[in-house]
Amino acid sequence: MIPAALPNAAIAIDVHDLTVAYHRKPVLWDVDVQVPVGKLIAIVGPNGAGKSTLLKAMLGLVPLASGRVEIFGRSIREARALVGYVPQRESVDWDFPIDAMGVVTMGTYAQLGWLRRVGQPQRERALAALKQVGMSDFAQRQIGQLSGGQQQRVFLARALAQDAALYLMDEPFAGVDAATERAILDVLRTMRDAGKTVIAVHHDLQTVPQYFDHVIMLNMRLVAAGPTNDVFTQENLQKTYGGRLNLLEQAAEAVRRAGT
Amino acid sequence: MLQRLLTFSDFNTNIVLLGSVLLGCACGVVGTFTVLRGRSLMADALAHAALPGVCIAFLITGSRELGPLLAGALAFGVLGVLAVMGISRSSRVKEDAAIALVLSTTFGLGVALLSIVQRSPDAAHAGLEGFIFGKAASMVVRDVQLIAVVAGLVVITCGIFYRQFKVLCFDREFAHSAGLRVQLLDLLLMGLVCVCTVVALPAVGLVLAVAMLTIPAVAARCWSDRLGIMAIIAAVVGAMSGAIGSGISAMKPKLSAGPVITLVAALIFIASLLCAPRRGLIAGWWRKRALRNKISLQNILRAIFEVQEAQQAALVPVCDVALKRAWTPAELDSLLRHAVRRGLVSREADRVALSPEGRKQAQAIVRTHRLWEVYLVTHAAIATDHVDRDADTIEHVLPAEIIAELEARLREDGRLPAVVIPDSPHAVAAHSRAGVHE
Repeated sequence: MIPAALPNAAIAIDVHDLTVAYHRKPVLWDVDVQVPVGKLIAIVGPNGAGKSTLLKAMLGLVPLASGRVEIFGRSIREARALVGYVPQRESVDWDFPIDAMGVVTMGTYAQLGWLRRVGQPQRERALAALKQVGMSDFAQRQIGQLSGGQQQRVFLARALAQDAALYLMDEPFAGVDAATERAILDVLRTMRDAGKTVIAVHHDLQTVPQYFDHVIMLNMRLVAAGPTNDVFTQENLQKTYGGRLNLLEQAAEAVRRAGT
Repeated sequence: MLQRLLTFSDFNTNIVLLGSVLLGCACGVVGTFTVLRGRSLMADALAHAALPGVCIAFLITGSRELGPLLAGALAFGVLGVLAVMGISRSSRVKEDAAIALVLSTTFGLGVALLSIVQRSPDAAHAGLEGFIFGKAASMVVRDVQLIAVVAGLVVITCGIFYRQFKVLCFDREFAHSAGLRVQLLDLLLMGLVCVCTVVALPAVGLVLAVAMLTIPAVAARCWSDRLGIMAIIAAVVGAMSGAIGSGISAMKPKLSAGPVITLVAALIFIASLLCAPRRGLIAGWWRKRALRNKISLQNILRAIFEVQEAQQAALVPVCDVALKRAWTPAELDSLLRHAVRRGLVSREADRVALSPEGRKQAQAIVRTHRLWEVYLVTHAAIATDHVDRDADTIEHVLPAEIIAELEARLREDGRLPAVVIPDSPHAVAAHSRAGVHE
C-alpha cells in the first residue's frame, strides 16, 4: 500500500541535471524536468532521442553519469513502492510459459516481500486490474496466444496491480488496434482522475494534444517541457525533430572515442 | 544383467540408478529457469571451467577424495562465470564470444593439467578422465548421499524463490523496477547451476553436464504452458533420462554413462518436439492441413454460389464453376466429392447445386468476402479490381468480432448493404474467368 506519509507535494518526479551514458557515450545531456502530480504527461522526440533512457533513468534501471532523480521528494530506492512500470511490449519473450493472470499477479509481488505466497487478496487485485483493462475473459490464456493489443493491456493491468502513485510507460500505444487504444486511454484518464501521475513515451504526435495534459520534448537534451497547450508548438517541434543535433552528437562521439 | 537391473537386485547398480535419477530431477528443475533466462550457454562455460579446478585440487591433495575435487570444480566454475560477466561488461566483446572464449580457454587449461596429472606417480588410480565424459558406474554410496543432499537443497531453493525466479526470467527490468534484487537473484540462479553442474560432473562429465541442464527443460516446454508444470515435467524427463541412460550404461560397461544419458534425453526431446499436443510439429502440420482443407471447401462453395447468382439458376454446370478459379480438373473433382460427402453440394452428372446447408455456409462466406472488399475499397483506398484477391486470402480466417466491427464501420458510413449479401463491388463473371483471379 502507499505509505501513509505520501507527501502531498505538487511535484511527482524531479529530475535534476541528469546525464546518462552508455559505454561512455552520453545519450542524455543535462536534463532538468519537473513533473506535476495528477497529470498525463507525454515524452516525445525522434528515434534515438533518449526517451526510453529517460524513463529507465527515472526508474533507476540505468546508472546515472551525473544528476539526481527525486520521486515525491525521496530517492528512487525509497520511492520504489510508489512507482509502476510498463516496459515496451517487445522487451519480453511472449512465448514464456505463463498466462495473463500470472503476468498481472507479478504486479503484487513487490508488496509481498521475499517469502510470502501469493494469496487470495493478490489474486483478487490482479483480476480487478484485468477487468479494468477489459481482459478478464482472457485471464487463463497463455500470453503468446494474445494479440499485440491484448498483450499491451496485460502489461497495463500488471502496472495497475502495482497500485502505485506514479506510472512510467514505454510506448503503451505502440502497435495496438483502435479498440485497445481507446481502452488504454480510458484507463489512463481514470487513473488521472484518481490522482495518479502517468508519464508515457508517445510516438503519435497527432494525438498528443488530445491525450496528454503535459508534454516533455526531448532530443538528447530537454527541448521543452510544460502544459501541452503552451509547449507543444510548431517552433518546439521544429527544434525537437528538425535537423540533427550535429554538435551534440559529435561531442558525444568524441567523448566515447576518448574512452577507448 | 538385464534381469538384475529390472529387479533392482544389484546393489551397485541401484546406487548408480538412484544417483542418476536424483541428478536428473535437480538438473531438470534448475534447467527450467536457466533455459527461460537464456543462460544455458553460461552453464556450459561453467562446466568446462570446472576441469582445471578438479586437476589442481588433485595436484594439491594428491587424492581422489570427491570432496576436495568438487570444491576445486566449484571454485573454478564460479571464476569462469565471473570471467564471462567481467569480459562482456567491461569490454566490447559480446557475451556469446566471451562465453566461447572462457569455455575453450579453461577447457584447454584443464586438458593440459590433466596430462600433467597423468604423469604423476599415483595417477593410475585417479581416473580423472572420468570427469570429462562421466563414469556413473563408479558412484558409491557416499557420492549418492552427496547428490541427494544437493538435489534436495536445489529443489527446495527453487521452490522458495519460485516467484522471484519467474519474474526474473520473464521480465528482468520490471522485476528490477519493482525493487527486486535482480543481481542477487541472477547470482543465486547461477549458484544453483554451479552446484548442479559440479555434482553432475562425476556422473555425466563436464562435456555433457549442460545437456542435463538444457534438454529436459526444453523438452518439457513442448508439453506445458505453465511454468510450474514445465518444471515438474523437466524433473521427470531428467529422472527418466538418468535412469534409462545409466541402466543401459550398466549393461554395456564400455559405454560411458554421460553420452548415453544425453542421448536418451535427446530422444525424449525429439519425441516431444514431434508429438506434443499443441506445440508439437505433427499437431502443427495437422492444423495447417485442416485450415487448407477448410479454405478449399469454402472456395468451392463460394464459386458455386457466385455462378448460381450470375446465372439465376440453382443447378449450374461444373465447367462454369471450374472457371472461377485455377483448379485442375482433378482438384475440382476431389473437392466436389468432398463437398458432396459433407452434404453441402449435390451433383447430377456435370451439374452441381448447393444443399440448403451448403447455401447457408456459402452465404456467410460470400458475405464476409464482400464486406471485406467493400471495406478495402472505401477505407483502405484499394482499387476495385485489386480487392478480390486481398479479400480472398483473409475472409477464411476473420474472427467473428472483426466481422462485427466491419459491419459496424460500414453501417456508420451508411455503406452496409441492406440485403443479406452485399453486392460484389466488381462484376461477378460467370463464364469467362474473372481477371482478378489471376
